[in-house]
Amino acid sequence: MSEVASSPVGAAPAPVLEVRGVVKAFGDNVVLRGVDLAIGEHQVVALIGGSGSGKSTLLRCASLLETVDDGQVLLDGEDITDPRIDADRVRRRMGVVFQAYNLFPHLSVLDNVTLAPTVVHGRSKGEAREEALALLARIGLSDKADEFPDRLSGGQQQRVAIVRALAVHPRVLLLDEITSALDPELVGEVLAVVREVATQGMTIVMATHEMGFARQVADTVAFLDGGVLLECGPPAQVLGDPVEARTRQFLARVIDAGRL
Amino acid sequence: MTPGVALGAPSELELSRRAWRQRRARRSTLVALLSTLLFGVVAYLVVTSAPGWPRVRTTFFSPTVAWESMPEIGAGLWLNLQVLLVGGFLVMVVGLLAALTRSLRGPAFAPLRIVATAYVDLFRGIPLIIVLYLVGFGFPALGLQGMPTSPFVLGTAAIVLVYGAYVAEVFRAGIESVHPSQRAAARSLGLNHRQTMRIVVLPQALRTVTPALLNDFVALQKDVGLISVLGAVDAVRSAQILVGQSFNFTPYVVAGLLFVLLAIPSARLADAVTARARRRQQSGSLL
Repeated sequence: MSEVASSPVGAAPAPVLEVRGVVKAFGDNVVLRGVDLAIGEHQVVALIGGSGSGKSTLLRCASLLETVDDGQVLLDGEDITDPRIDADRVRRRMGVVFQAYNLFPHLSVLDNVTLAPTVVHGRSKGEAREEALALLARIGLSDKADEFPDRLSGGQQQRVAIVRALAVHPRVLLLDEITSALDPELVGEVLAVVREVATQGMTIVMATHEMGFARQVADTVAFLDGGVLLECGPPAQVLGDPVEARTRQFLARVIDAGRL
Repeated sequence: MTPGVALGAPSELELSRRAWRQRRARRSTLVALLSTLLFGVVAYLVVTSAPGWPRVRTTFFSPTVAWESMPEIGAGLWLNLQVLLVGGFLVMVVGLLAALTRSLRGPAFAPLRIVATAYVDLFRGIPLIIVLYLVGFGFPALGLQGMPTSPFVLGTAAIVLVYGAYVAEVFRAGIESVHPSQRAAARSLGLNHRQTMRIVVLPQALRTVTPALLNDFVALQKDVGLISVLGAVDAVRSAQILVGQSFNFTPYVVAGLLFVLLAIPSARLADAVTARARRRQQSGSLL
């Protein structure tokens, strides 16, 4: 954390994604109360916390699916919460994977993956197709390239969704509880893909309930509670020896549920 | 959106963002106003510079004729409005019944399904004006005891037959758009087909099809003018009579404008309902 927390430009490398004092409310319900977080290149940050703690909202603000009510989000030092910027241009540099996969049901697996590279990034059909097939091969789904999403299992669909997000070569990959809608036996195959993507050096921010996975793969674990970032540090410390009482309480409940 | 209440005042940055958004919104409004105005001026100049404009103005846009024709056309429009309200209600009933009949399952209901399907196929296929002629002139010609002969009743019946078939298909599309898992959940709770339809499926289906229904209602509003072909003295018919008397076409324009005035509230209502449905389905504020 130390190397990415501080200065914008200078000795330490600038963070890829930086959240500064972000506030977000839906009506009277204040979901984020001034969150600060910086994610350096090749870092994997796991956001943990109970339901309604603001994990998903933070990711939705970072991916410009929501406007912030105060504070800033910076991507490579550029203030992307400035209403003057072209939001579409910013979104091109991010990959987002949703809890419910959100594959396009009317397009084949291959077309789902090649859609953004060809339509948004103007790559040639052949080139996009080749790369998509290579990516699908990496996750062991080459034989499903021409299938439609509803013929795939949840785990397979989610793996395709990850590949779809990766196909645009994003600067940062945002994963919003991507295993929460999956059978326990399918969770493993999706996490294996995330692990592989992480070892390849992708910068990742993930909201997750998989504490074991966070401990193994994340460099930093951030605990959100009631819209406040209570604790942030290496997984061994936050998950093993938390400072805050609320974190301990949360982890105790997770352990009771058999999830750690 | 007042997080500031709970968290102290918004930062300078946020205030400047809000100010910028407000400025941009104001500028967009201004641009829209100016371009509308420009378009209006150009259209006006093009029309009024046409060689036939002076004659068109006296025969179609005569203020005195318009003013004098207003009471009679207005009285006629009242008849249209009655047809619209009675017909609109009956259209909903007929459409819903036909849609529910078509979505009945099981071989025992096959004859009912066939009747409903035949009705929908038939009346979606025939032009409204032909149905008006057939019902309006054919039924009274049967000479049956108690058969109504008023063009109001017969015209309304013809309109209900045709629009009922359209609306049946709208309802059916709505019923089928409700995900099967909803039906599965309801049936597994022990609800029967009827209860499932009434309590679970129809409320969701109605929500989906309301915009489409309102669109059909707007279409119905002007088609009620077609009962004039049966001799009913509605807005269109009285305009026709006035044109025949004065050889001035202004009454048609007046009738047309009155129909537009009638349609605007429902068109706005349709927009509002659609917008509300979209807001409810969408959590993201930016897409």
